[in-house]
Amino acid sequence: MVALAEKDRPVAQMLLNSGTCPRCIFRFCGVGLQTSYRQPHKDLLHELHEFLESNERESKLSCEMANPPCKKMKLENANGIKDQTPNGSHQLTNVHSDGSDTVAIENLNPVVCNICLGILQDLCEMDFVKAVCHKINSSEYQFSSFVFSVSFPPQLSVREHAAWLLVKEEMGKQGLSIGKDDFVQLKEAYKWIIHPLFLEELGVPADGKSLFEVSVVFAHPETDEDCCFLASVCPSCFKPAKNKQSVFTRMAVVKALDMIDEEEFHKNYPSPPSLPKTPCSAVDIQCNNGAIFVAGRYNKYSRTLPQTPWIIDGERKMESSVEELILEHLMAAFKADSFNFSSSGREDVDVRTLGNGRPFAVELVNPRRVQLAAVEMKELQQRINSSSDKVQVRDLQLVSREAIVHMKEGEEEKTKTYSALIWTEKVIQNEDITFLDSMKELKLDQKTPLRVLHRRPLAVRIRVIHSMQSEYIDEHHFRLHLKTQAGTYVKEFVHGDFGRTKPNIGFLLGTTADILELDVESVDVDWPPALDD
Amino acid sequence: MAGIMAAGPSEVPASIATFPGVTERYFTRWYKPDVKGNHCEDHCILQHSNRICVITIADAHPLLQKGKPIKSISYQISANCSRLQNKVSGKSKRGAQFLTELAPLCRILCSDGEEYTIYSCIRGKLIEVNENILDNPSLLQEKPSTEGYIAVVLPKFEESKKVTQGLLTREEYEECLSKRFNSTSLYNTKNENLAEI
Ligand SMILES: [Zn+2]
Repeated sequence: MVALAEKDRPVAQMLLNSGTCPRCIFRFCGVGLQTSYRQPHKDLLHELHEFLESNERESKLSCEMANPPCKKMKLENANGIKDQTPNGSHQLTNVHSDGSDTVAIENLNPVVCNICLGILQDLCEMDFVKAVCHKINSSEYQFSSFVFSVSFPPQLSVREHAAWLLVKEEMGKQGLSIGKDDFVQLKEAYKWIIHPLFLEELGVPADGKSLFEVSVVFAHPETDEDCCFLASVCPSCFKPAKNKQSVFTRMAVVKALDMIDEEEFHKNYPSPPSLPKTPCSAVDIQCNNGAIFVAGRYNKYSRTLPQTPWIIDGERKMESSVEELILEHLMAAFKADSFNFSSSGREDVDVRTLGNGRPFAVELVNPRRVQLAAVEMKELQQRINSSSDKVQVRDLQLVSREAIVHMKEGEEEKTKTYSALIWTEKVIQNEDITFLDSMKELKLDQKTPLRVLHRRPLAVRIRVIHSMQSEYIDEHHFRLHLKTQAGTYVKEFVHGDFGRTKPNIGFLLGTTADILELDVESVDVDWPPALDD
Repeated sequence: MAGIMAAGPSEVPASIATFPGVTERYFTRWYKPDVKGNHCEDHCILQHSNRICVITIADAHPLLQKGKPIKSISYQISANCSRLQNKVSGKSKRGAQFLTELAPLCRILCSDGEEYTIYSCIRGKLIEVNENILDNPSLLQEKPSTEGYIAVVLPKFEESKKVTQGLLTREEYEECLSKRFNSTSLYNTKNENLAEI
């Protein structure tokens, strides 16, 4: 049953004659009932013909009951309600190439719509949905809902505009006026039709907030020229932009159409819009899952392992890295496109990280898998740990994007403890170093170390050594355990960095001191939460 | 303190028994002998692998020979140019004084009235001067290649390989020193000969 009212008859007939599809006709007649659009478009065409050819009174009875009133439609002239179909026998002459004036309803062969270019015909029906779903299902995505986004060629806006002017004119003849908002947007109608089909095929609902996005880009090269006249009429709307392939973006076209007056538009663009030979094609179908975040703590047991790949001028300086040893397994488990690794501070290549380890977090971009049961997470951690002696991971877990902030906050505020193996030039006895144990909250003036001065601003920063504990080894060596403010350069505190960190161990002991080994013993950030074993 | 023993037993690994010092670990030494034609006024440039250069005085410099007490050090190198006024900001070290090879860095006056000028020896931005030696000039003589440095200079990125081209490596410098020593002996011998005539 066609969802049109008697007063829609002239507009429907006029559009149908020009080669417009039934769904576009519904849109321009302001049909707001979603279910009206959901029948196959061939059936709708059939019914539309029946409606237009049927006895006026009969159809009026059957149609208006199923039909909600068109919103905002204003009746300007009571006389205008009279049916003004100019020529009832004229239908479909443009549509069929055999030249016959009348076509048997049973043999209707729809042409590609001159307004939606096929978008509301085959491109929103089951076969198309199946093709998209095949693409989705073949890429192993894990999802529980989806958001479907489409990109239409910009000339659709031009054709939409032309149709609007036509309809407005036709309504005017009936004494009715209509605004652009009274039509159903192409995107809306498309969504109404395609969402239930996706639900049927994928088994999960559409959800605007879903992190799983399916996007389809439609193109229609045959009518790309449609927009060209706008550039000469409204040059100000089409400024070339660096990263745009064409100046004819949808936004620019809509803006130009807003500015152009009716007369100018008609001068430059055929009304009704020409009949296309081919429908739009889906030139790109993509799936994207929102990023997920994995956090944990790592220990680094090697003095020849950088935290991140060490590559200078394309040349690898060190085999592997903490990042690579962990990510190899995370990427395999979550099948992401790419990742971003971050951590609460970082250690030098020759520094080990012991104790409970250093908090880290990884953003996995466009992962195929988004959920991992606790037991699977445990197995993943086990895989990382059994693959290398150099890196061990604990507390591996999925976290929210917001939670990452805790790690970065902690980086600035929290303390760290270190263990340093120190050499002294002069001979020392245990009693020469024990005074260090009683020094509390020792303030240092640290100039930006020479080793990072090429990439950091020069500044003097005050850092605090909260406490120290010495452990005598022999006449030239001792171990020093330090609890420091985050951001303290411990190596420089030991050797002095050309006297640029003051005071330093050499100064305190009255000799030249050097650091032979350094370990991080704890990074005191209580995030991510510890997990039971 | 928690985790003290986590680092394992405290003993010195055998591999670091002959551990090189900070300067040797991170820096390459470059030498410029007889700077500005002044006999034995050798400079030593320590170049870090990150291209930062530290300008120092080489061991053979007269200032490091015995009996040369320093009276004063001045970074005021002319009436209107003081290296102490050098200010840098940001990662790119904006506002730095730009130095050429022969730009003077400081003047050092000895108690015997002799004055020595230290030069940059390389092109680059002046990052900082060592103010510690102003209060404690003996640092310069006691630890010339660490705490007694003169200045820190950052060559342009694109010039970082080129800036050391006119300088000598450690081996070349040692060769230069032995030649100097021999020719000095020869000169002395000649003098003695002359005296005999
Ligand atoms: Zn259409």
